[in-house]
Amino acid sequence: MNLIDAVLDDFFWRALIGGLGVALVAGPLGCFVVWRRMAYFGDTLAHSALLGIALAFALELPLNLGILLICLALALVLVLLSRSRALATDTLLGILAHSALAIGLVVLSLMPGVQVDLTGFLFGDLLAMNRDDLIWIFSGAALILVLLARLWRSLLMTTIHEELARVEGFAVERLRMVLMLMFSLVIAVAMKIVGVLLITALMIIPAATARRLATTPEQMALLATGFGFAAVAGGLAMSWFADTPAGPSVVVTSFLVFLLVYSGSRHRTT
Amino acid sequence: MSAPEPLLSLSSVSVRFGSRLVVDRVSLTLHQSDIVTVIGPNGAGKTTLIKAILGIQSLSSGQVTRRPGLTVGYVPQHLQLETSMPLTVRRFMLLGGQSEARCRQALSRTGVEHLFASSVHHLSGGEKQRVLLARALVRSPDLLVLDEPAQGVDINGQAALYNLIRSLRDELHCGVLMISHDLHLVMAATDKVICLNQHVCCSGYPADISHDPAFIETFGRPVAESLAIYHHHHNHRHNLRGDVVTPAPHHHHGKSCTHHEPD
Repeated sequence: MNLIDAVLDDFFWRALIGGLGVALVAGPLGCFVVWRRMAYFGDTLAHSALLGIALAFALELPLNLGILLICLALALVLVLLSRSRALATDTLLGILAHSALAIGLVVLSLMPGVQVDLTGFLFGDLLAMNRDDLIWIFSGAALILVLLARLWRSLLMTTIHEELARVEGFAVERLRMVLMLMFSLVIAVAMKIVGVLLITALMIIPAATARRLATTPEQMALLATGFGFAAVAGGLAMSWFADTPAGPSVVVTSFLVFLLVYSGSRHRTT
Repeated sequence: MSAPEPLLSLSSVSVRFGSRLVVDRVSLTLHQSDIVTVIGPNGAGKTTLIKAILGIQSLSSGQVTRRPGLTVGYVPQHLQLETSMPLTVRRFMLLGGQSEARCRQALSRTGVEHLFASSVHHLSGGEKQRVLLARALVRSPDLLVLDEPAQGVDINGQAALYNLIRSLRDELHCGVLMISHDLHLVMAATDKVICLNQHVCCSGYPADISHDPAFIETFGRPVAESLAIYHHHHNHRHNLRGDVVTPAPHHHHGKSCTHHEPD
């Protein structure tokens, strides 16, 4: 048995590697959530993940795929609904976020013979990560990194000023859809780590922490990834030594780092 | 200079939001080196018209024809940048995809090269407008479109900004289309005024338009009269400067102008 197998056979290492894989992309994507004020939007997508799990059970799909499909569908619905201005976006998101979560819970309870670990889905089950999960995480992360690298300038430009970007010839609509796809992907793979209720935290808190220290968008993305790594490692350590639930421990660690950075340095906005 | 192809022409452009007609059958033509200013009260559809011209607002009817290959430089209305993104002027300029040298050159042309390394979040209103203008210039535009360029700029800065826009036009021979609220400064800065109130209620040269009954009706007699007085002043200065400083790089306006729109 070689070293890689030895590492992957250990649940703790699998949890660490998986967590770092998610933090790798949650950092830069979280920056876009912060820049575009999409925190509530991310929450709404994440809450719909339970519905995705129900779908996966019904159609016998892999769980991650079910979540991905439902997130994408909801993202589309949201983009379309937000065009009509009858309701404010936050009202709309509030309705959909909680309805999606409630419908998911109801549908799961109605499915015969399906016993799910709800706590695991809601708050994450980092320590139960298996090899398949790792494959999902790293293929998802690789796809997201490739997309981010290729579209970085365009994504920044449309984020800074959509109309200016449009006049300068950027494909604003298509970029928005790609961003939705990336959010959906990261939610589908991150659910295992922190669960549907805490996913947004894993994206926003490291990015917000990074904002304090960064002077360029790129620096902010890299720092966010770094803070995400720290949160995952710290959370797992907390879980290991204090026997706390892993997912919430990751978020708590992330929050502690946030407090530390914001209380420590003198603020200068760049 | 035999009647060149216009940079832009609108024929009977209408934009409807639901049942509300926001832009009502607007036609206009803009040639190279023209400065056309759209004025009008709040809610007159000025920004919507500009967006229709830029192609970011779909038309309900009518047609916008741009000269093929037209490069547009757009200066949006008071850019509100999300402070959560750390961004320097340098980075903002480079996002346009041009070289650093060109970006610096454009910034120095608008008088803000010293801000190259500054954060965009620390700029004053006037500085921000000049950075945005530089951002539009770096694309070597054939047409500059400015939505309320002087908003948030103090009064001295406004005059300087309009002067800058004029001199850029003289230098680059680009067309300029702008929206403005400030009637006095606009009258001094523009070749042609379009007074919009959903429809084009009048259009023409600054000196004439203040006598137009439709203009007086839209803005009220006191405003129109103050402009007429101001205009006497301005025409004098303009003639003088036209004669002495710029010996007609752009042609002389008159009744025989090919671009003179029949109203």
